Amino acid sequence: MNRIEETFRRLQTERKAAFMPYLVAGDPDLDTTRRLIVEMEKNGADLIELGIPFSDPMADGPTNQLAAMRALKNGATLAKTLEMLSALRQETQIPIMLMGYYNPFYHYGLEKFCLDAAAAGADGLIIPDLQPDAAGEIRDFADASGLATVFLIAPTSTDERLKLVGRESRGFVYAVSLTGVTGARSALPGELTAFIERARKLISLPIAVGFGIGTPEMAQAVGKIADGVIVGSAIVKIIQHSVEAGNDPVIQVGEMVAKMAAAVKRR
Amino acid sequence: MNVTDRLPDASGFYGIYGGRYIPEVLVPAVEELEKAFRQIMADESFRAELASLLKNYVGRPNPVTFASRLTKYCGGAKIYLKREDLNHTGSHKINNTLGQLLLAKRMGKTRIIAETGAGMHGVATATAAALLELPCIVYMGAVDVARQKANVFRMHLMGAEVRPVESGSRTLKDAMNEAIRDWCTNVTDTFYCIGSVAGPHPYPEMVRTFQAIIGREAKAQMMELAGKLPAAVFACVGGGSNAMGMFYEFIPEKSVELVGVEAAGFGIETGKHAASLGHGSVGILHGSKSYVLMDNDGQITEAHSISAGLDYPGVGPEHSYLKDCQRATYANITDTEAVDAYHKLSELEGIIPALESSHAVAHVMKVAKNYPKDAALLICLSGRGDKDAEQVEDWVKNNR
Repeated sequence: MNRIEETFRRLQTERKAAFMPYLVAGDPDLDTTRRLIVEMEKNGADLIELGIPFSDPMADGPTNQLAAMRALKNGATLAKTLEMLSALRQETQIPIMLMGYYNPFYHYGLEKFCLDAAAAGADGLIIPDLQPDAAGEIRDFADASGLATVFLIAPTSTDERLKLVGRESRGFVYAVSLTGVTGARSALPGELTAFIERARKLISLPIAVGFGIGTPEMAQAVGKIADGVIVGSAIVKIIQHSVEAGNDPVIQVGEMVAKMAAAVKRR
Repeated sequence: MNVTDRLPDASGFYGIYGGRYIPEVLVPAVEELEKAFRQIMADESFRAELASLLKNYVGRPNPVTFASRLTKYCGGAKIYLKREDLNHTGSHKINNTLGQLLLAKRMGKTRIIAETGAGMHGVATATAAALLELPCIVYMGAVDVARQKANVFRMHLMGAEVRPVESGSRTLKDAMNEAIRDWCTNVTDTFYCIGSVAGPHPYPEMVRTFQAIIGREAKAQMMELAGKLPAAVFACVGGGSNAMGMFYEFIPEKSVELVGVEAAGFGIETGKHAASLGHGSVGILHGSKSYVLMDNDGQITEAHSISAGLDYPGVGPEHSYLKDCQRATYANITDTEAVDAYHKLSELEGIIPALESSHAVAHVMKVAKNYPKDAALLICLSGRGDKDAEQVEDWVKNNR
């Protein structure tokens, strides 16, 4: 949790927003994932959101669904992902959030999962199908292991729920920018500024915004109103195209991350 | 555990099962739904409207039939059939879709979405949507669209749009994922009509409530026809809505054994089956905690059954609870046994059962002789089997 807090604190004193790219562990293989994360940091990423592939990703659009299927087809598992993470910690200390649906974590065993994830060097958990109301069983294990539990808010959240998520989250709160699933869009939702302003009044933790942010221009605009900018599908799409063309995605992803990170920092 | 406790609890749990495991964007919608559901169930005018439709449109109450030739053939207890196959649209699914769509209308929702496997719930939703003048979109796995053409045509006839789902394994679980994604996107004006006792709270309770008429009618009919309660009731279990509908009234009747029958597909030992309760592990799928078929990494695996309606890797959370507290037991039946029962009931009684219901029939054919001759066994005949005729014909050609 400390690495997450330190990162946001440092950026806040610099009056800058954090840039957090997303990628799916094992897409197209775990060694590439390791190299991608190192490259992302080199190009200006402040935190990493590492997706754990799941067979039934109900909050994801087609781009991230395909990424999960590529990873699973190539043999990625939660256990192997943690091994990769452990090795990666020899190379980087960037904060890493594990983003995954609840079932693989639950099946692994919640206590064992929290212990192993923390030991491997994960900093926090983002579980899109788990709300603070139902998170009791993983919460204590995560706290004991020092893993930050980050919950999500959405434009449909009532004020009551914004308060609840703000109270129960650790590190930051993940604001879903739109009413829908993941996937790059061509414009930001019109109500985004009002939504983030409403959340700010009720939540004291840093707020990072994700879902739908497709271009550096959109990332820059979000960086002006939020503490963090999360970009997923726009990066995953580059990996997809590289894989389809038989190329290594590392350089192209690095270029996109550099553009996005620079845009976010322009604030 | 005391099974007479009122369940689910306030958070939507049946013991450790159920709950709400959904994206935040949907939470306000299910809270609104729960509130509206409680209001209408206390509303006399809603109950009267639903009761009138069930009588004058669906044709309820459907009868309980004494299967005298099947009884003689099995050489044991007396076998009775609750005839959900005689409902309009040919299965129990209409009980639930009429209830949910009447509720949707009262909530001011203007767009209906549903998932379907074989297409029976899709057809029942399209039917209720046509009747209640609501636009309807049905998500159906591309594999199922190809193998259930007749039901796709029926949905089109009634004005529904069928959207083939190409993601994942392109079957029922993926159709449900896609329906949930649509719901995330259009949550303010859209009502998601779930077809089984699955999904986030309050769906398992709501669907049970609308299906509980099966057991309520059947209990009274058994008292009239057999003069006593059945020794045991049997129902097939995929997601488990007809079984929950049949069981619910009998749960407090401790003398009545409750038996659910899952699909063993090619055989449990082959790993190609749909027996989540018998051979799955506890996990989270489609918004609730229950028994689920998954691999060692927690990835949901594909179910296998000749019956598309049972071809689902999860099961309603209340069944998981009933299993753990041993109020109900869950058996399983292979494709081969189900097809045999499909033929046998047709030959002996002139009733063609749905392949889903054939699983329950097949299990009773196995166990009837273990009960005293004067005992009564009640099967929920959840649907009619005309829809399966072509598939069974092909199956027999390829397997005999």
